[in-house]
Amino acid sequence: MQYTGPVVKKRRAKISETRADRVFDVMNYVILTICLLIVAYPLYFIVIASISDPVDVNAGKVFLYPVKVTLDGYRRILEYDSFFTGYRNTLMYTLVGTTVNMALTVPAAYALSRKDLVGRNFFMMLITFTMIFSGGLMPTYLLVRDLNMLDTTWALVVPVAVSAWNLIVARTFFQQTIPDDLLEAAQLDGATNVQFFARIVLPLSKPIIAVMILFYAVSHWNSYSNALYYLRTTGKYPLQLVLRSILFENSMNDMVDDAANLAAQMRLGDLIKYGVIIASSLPLLILYPFLQRYFIQGIMIGAVKG
Amino acid sequence: MTTLAKNPGRDLRLTRGQRRLKKVLCNWQLYLFLLPALAYFIVMRYVPMLGLQIAFRKYKASEGIWGSAWVGMKYFDQFFKGPNFVRLLTNTLMISVGSLLLSFPVPVILALLLNQMPSKKYKKLVQTTIYAPHFISTVVLVGMIFLFFSPRNGIVNHLIAALGGERIHFTGEPSWFRPLYIGSEIWQNAGWGSIIYLAALSGINPELHEAAIMDGANKYQRVWHIDLPGILPTVVIMFILSAGRVMTVGFDKAYLMQTSLNKSTAEIIAVHVYQRGLLENQPSYSTAVGMFESVVNLVLILTVNFISKKVSDSSLF
Repeated sequence: MQYTGPVVKKRRAKISETRADRVFDVMNYVILTICLLIVAYPLYFIVIASISDPVDVNAGKVFLYPVKVTLDGYRRILEYDSFFTGYRNTLMYTLVGTTVNMALTVPAAYALSRKDLVGRNFFMMLITFTMIFSGGLMPTYLLVRDLNMLDTTWALVVPVAVSAWNLIVARTFFQQTIPDDLLEAAQLDGATNVQFFARIVLPLSKPIIAVMILFYAVSHWNSYSNALYYLRTTGKYPLQLVLRSILFENSMNDMVDDAANLAAQMRLGDLIKYGVIIASSLPLLILYPFLQRYFIQGIMIGAVKG
Repeated sequence: MTTLAKNPGRDLRLTRGQRRLKKVLCNWQLYLFLLPALAYFIVMRYVPMLGLQIAFRKYKASEGIWGSAWVGMKYFDQFFKGPNFVRLLTNTLMISVGSLLLSFPVPVILALLLNQMPSKKYKKLVQTTIYAPHFISTVVLVGMIFLFFSPRNGIVNHLIAALGGERIHFTGEPSWFRPLYIGSEIWQNAGWGSIIYLAALSGINPELHEAAIMDGANKYQRVWHIDLPGILPTVVIMFILSAGRVMTVGFDKAYLMQTSLNKSTAEIIAVHVYQRGLLENQPSYSTAVGMFESVVNLVLILTVNFISKKVSDSSLF
């Protein structure tokens, strides 16, 4: 950028300010670009490594673009039944879990948003306290066992049926978006609370419902520790537990045992690891750019509560 | 009259108690809305708190939580005097305090920089990218760490070797557990954590910036004297929330990152609770250890909250 005469005449001090500002901007670009690369490169590397020749990946010859493109890794994954069982299980757990989550969270959040709910503060205290103190692993495990939920779908659904955090976010949304006048008008027309909730509140709350579904669904999709605690049967394992055995216990070695020797097996094994990382994150990778807006909205509503 | 019937709280002929009762009856459907969630919190969250008593009993499945014999502080003694206590506590605190101090400032700085980014398009690109790792599952994240930092095949060691350095066994070396844990924590969550501060920054009155520009303040001065003080209350709240979790190092990641070689730094309280409780079947001991962790957390969060209330007027409750 060249500074022309008139600008200099107009305000001399402005130039030095602009220079300092420019240094700031340049530094800003540099730092954020470094951050961008640090985050993006590992993700990009997984993609190119999953379709490159494993020998070259392991030898460190794959850096910027795929080498000797092969879909061998993905073909092996398609032949691996456990992976699909895990995928199917996780889809079911996510579906059932999120449905239960929504059915419990949304009506309760609305009720708690109402100023005329006697005992509201008490209920809120009861819920908030669970965010800072809990019974912990063993007592919860014993409870799940006593309820006969071990090794069933319910063990992954019931212990996480409501997230106190999500409940509070949804309640804050209702408080901010549903005006009191609306309720009064509806009451004058003789509407009951259920009618008001179903016909007026819900249609006005599509954004928060989208946010809640996303938050809950992602947490079901990604969780593995509850399955580790409560499930016994391998056939019921969710995707993340199957992934764990592929990534850390080299469990797919038996699916590559036709490979000539141990070294070849291990190489193919690594290729499969890159592949399953992509395959298991696929739904989110595809949806993320479209849904990003909603996630951020959810955080913002939570922030207001702060 | 209709209005009065709909607003029973304003009917002056009734006593306060009667008015409240009428309000409750009037809104019975709201209590129905609340009931399932409330039942969840009571059954799944508060009943286990009653279950904490097995930390003071010798739990036997046949006698149940309420019937097993009392043993007092036996299991706490066993934990405090046990050979692992100091190591477990140190490992847990090093990870959590380290995480807190090293990773807490990053989202704040990211938000301040993003907020001042002149190009809106580039800002959007950076945001979209740095939020993404938040959605990667812990299993995948740790899988990535093991692949990238593998001693023989990992890209990091290839880079070290290419630069003439010695290959490092990152995932087995105890001294590398903490840097990997904290580093990956920052990598995964710093971007996402900046959203909350960006929201706070968007609430700062632009007139403050205009006035400062008139007075000749440059961008650096404006960030330091306007943006940072503007989001300080949010920063304090977030700090209380994080400080309250100092004793909770997530089980998920530490358990996956633990190998037979790095146990001396990777074994933390949450993993210990799982191993003793579910794998080695010592429910009472495991409960005692877990309870110790929860109680320290509770005290911490209340203390930090109290201090912050005195010092800065920002507090959670």
